[in-house]
Amino acid sequence: VPGVVYVSPDGGRAAVELSAGTTVKDGALDHGIDGIVAECGGNAMCATCHVYVDAAWIERLAERSEVEDELLDSTACPRTDTSRLACQIRMSDALDGLVVHLPEEQE
Amino acid sequence: MTAAPTAGAAPVSGLDPFSEAFLSDPYPAHAQLREAGPVVRLERYGIWGMARHVPVHSALNDWETYRSSAGVGLADFTRETPFRPPSLLLEADPPEHTRARKTITGVLSPTRVKSLRDTFEREAEALVDRLLERGSFDAVDDFAHAFPNRVFPEAVGVPEAGREHLMAYGNLVFNAFGPRNRIFEESARDADEVRAWIAQACQRENLSDGGLGADIHAHAPECGMSGEEAALLVRSLLSAGVDTTVHGLGNAIFCFATHPEQWAALHADPSRARAAFEEVVRFESPVQTFFRTTTRDVDVEGVRIPAGEKVLLFLAAANRDPRHWERPDAFDISRRATGHVGFGSGIHACLGQMLARLEAEVLLGVLARRVASIELAGEPQLKLNNTLRGLASLPVTVRPAVA
Repeated sequence: VPGVVYVSPDGGRAAVELSAGTTVKDGALDHGIDGIVAECGGNAMCATCHVYVDAAWIERLAERSEVEDELLDSTACPRTDTSRLACQIRMSDALDGLVVHLPEEQE
Repeated sequence: MTAAPTAGAAPVSGLDPFSEAFLSDPYPAHAQLREAGPVVRLERYGIWGMARHVPVHSALNDWETYRSSAGVGLADFTRETPFRPPSLLLEADPPEHTRARKTITGVLSPTRVKSLRDTFEREAEALVDRLLERGSFDAVDDFAHAFPNRVFPEAVGVPEAGREHLMAYGNLVFNAFGPRNRIFEESARDADEVRAWIAQACQRENLSDGGLGADIHAHAPECGMSGEEAALLVRSLLSAGVDTTVHGLGNAIFCFATHPEQWAALHADPSRARAAFEEVVRFESPVQTFFRTTTRDVDVEGVRIPAGEKVLLFLAAANRDPRHWERPDAFDISRRATGHVGFGSGIHACLGQMLARLEAEVLLGVLARRVASIELAGEPQLKLNNTLRGLASLPVTVRPAVA
């Protein structure tokens, strides 16, 4: 089962196992990890599941869709080159060990 | 060893989801439908129904199997003439739907929506000032109608004269997703005048500069949409953006008037207004149902639905499915209500949901700061609609917070 590590703004790390096909947003909500709001329920509409993907991983993710790209201009914390929406990152074995950093705020 | 699952027959229900009895009190019927199985045959209309969270959510997220272009109401557009020229969003599938949706998301970004907050705050303060002076008022007409009918058409840039047609149009459109019953016929009485006004209001020359409507027209060519298509996209905003929000706000006051301890909690911490509204949408979902049409034979948890069939998705029943929610029939603003399907899900999820949340957050937030209690001052009256759940009248008395 692939795992994801969520790093909170204060540096705390939480490792979670996620079945392939579920999203990094689901992983956070299902395991009570603070810092992901996902107000729209994971439909790429609200930009409140913003994460900074660890630099070592960013190249290994599928490209952002145009919709995700537009939404990342609306995040509460500044967008960077490693910004992604957690609802759009679907887990696979290839992503086992993925590290994402949670922003200070989502709304 | 287990036998390969074979697709069985669905349980059959004689319930009429568009009868006045069902619409007046849907929750016991929703429970029956949920308990009957993941898919139910509704023999009254020869359609299928889903009322549990998992199948409803899955169907909403599988547009390839459950299409919208055959209509999201009872009418099958492959056999029947649509009630109006079909929506380019709601009643469309990819790839056409994708272009249309992109036109709107480009205009209605979270940042753009947030930019409306200051105006909404001012309007909300002014409205609550007036209501507190009165003490007793109708929370539907004077509150739930008053606010969105002022801020929403203004944000879109709709002409001021004739805005009363917006409510009538929404009521008509949402009724038209059901059968041609008495509820529909009543709402269709002045339909020609209402539809003519809406069609005019959607034209670029009638939309004020800088509004969302004008921006849709400006943005449309980049997405490959014609001027006529842009007008239809503005129509989508006007169909979906008024009645739904009005009912959401009316239902909110109903929930709080009947759950005073929840109002006390919100009054104690008005910053919870946004989360509270989420719970209102889960608990008393303004949009109760939508249809899809199957594109192929599909097996749902052991039940076979053939291709070309109408499937009624009971969003509001999914929002109270005990398989998904703890204490589903409790109205509790402290719960995490996100994940409900009150705004739909998938590619057809409500495009105005961030705007709806902002309207509700601001208005309920102002009310929560300034009002200590809300009490019913008369019997609430339902406004029956084939798709929407909301009130026609909700007399209340409010007690101001001690300054």
